[in-house]
Amino acid sequence: MRQATAVATIDRREFVSRLLAACPQALVITGLGSSSYDVFAAGDRPENFYLWGAMGGAAVVGLGLALAQPERSVMVITGDGEQLMGLGSLSTIGAQQPANLSIVVLDNGHFGETGMQRSHTSLGTDLSAVARGCGIKNVVEIDEMGSVDSLAQVVNSRQGCTFAQVHICAAELPRALPPRDGVYLKNRFRATLGFKPF
Amino acid sequence: MNSAIASPPNWQEEIFSILKEGGVRQVAYVPDAGHAHVIRRVHADPDMRGVVLTTEEEGVATVCGAWLGGERSALLMQSSGVGNCINMLSLIQNCRFPFFSLITMRGEWAEFNPWQAPMGKATQGALELMGITVLRANKPEEVAATVRAGFDAAFEGGEPVVVLLSQSLIGRKKWEGTK
Repeated sequence: MRQATAVATIDRREFVSRLLAACPQALVITGLGSSSYDVFAAGDRPENFYLWGAMGGAAVVGLGLALAQPERSVMVITGDGEQLMGLGSLSTIGAQQPANLSIVVLDNGHFGETGMQRSHTSLGTDLSAVARGCGIKNVVEIDEMGSVDSLAQVVNSRQGCTFAQVHICAAELPRALPPRDGVYLKNRFRATLGFKPF
Repeated sequence: MNSAIASPPNWQEEIFSILKEGGVRQVAYVPDAGHAHVIRRVHADPDMRGVVLTTEEEGVATVCGAWLGGERSALLMQSSGVGNCINMLSLIQNCRFPFFSLITMRGEWAEFNPWQAPMGKATQGALELMGITVLRANKPEEVAATVRAGFDAAFEGGEPVVVLLSQSLIGRKKWEGTK
């Protein structure tokens, strides 16, 4: 069992900020909790769709979006707890393999929003191995901040469905709260792609 | 009805036509015998994408993603799968996504397997508790009109709609050793 939490040094907010800065065209779906705060803290934009619930659903929202928008990079940014609730979705994504979909899991081995209880990824589950086992084409593990640029290149290239497990340190950061009006988030996201409301 | 049948009932082809003519590009599903024909037709159509799910709640999320990206998507499941969707349906309500799902019923008509009964009997109530409009087709000749009405309410009116397809449409499932 990998002792990720013992060695992880990546600051989640800096990592996400640098990743988004290097992927300015990406359509971004965030999993509920800290991942949404990280993405919002990096700068709000209409191409961000923040989930405040629907736990376990971020990666598959990304799947539907990626299939609908093959010419755009779609990036799901979520946490280990959120992804663990939707492990089956990695199997579903592995069966589809949209080349423009990247799932970035910020893995601190803990449920950060609810009091830092340990999650399965620090109790034996190897998320990268799961993603690989589900047939996802590119699976990368990231332990250093310096890898952010190579991940951004992969996201921007749209050359294959990608799963990135980013070992972040389990620090609790101040919350940065994105809008939580779902209708607003949906309509502005669609508007930026040129789709009108009813 | 364990295996695919050579000549599916006409209402199953009518369902496919409504999805196709309505511009549906993604069809997410957990399989059921009653959906088998539509699923085959979707996979054979170069303009449509069949997305097989491990659990139905994934489908609730993926049809929302499709809509965010400008595509219409439908979700096919069996009544037992409704229970798996409940919390994910908050996505539909919070964001007012159009939602269209076809649900084949179990546990309501000549059911041999009692394990299908609890969720089958709770299907309509559970959906309505989550704010979903529930339509139902009991007879073959009702299917097309009901499905089309639900489809338009979803994609023209933005309403979350399911159509329950009665177990009597699909017929008795044959079990070895039963009379």
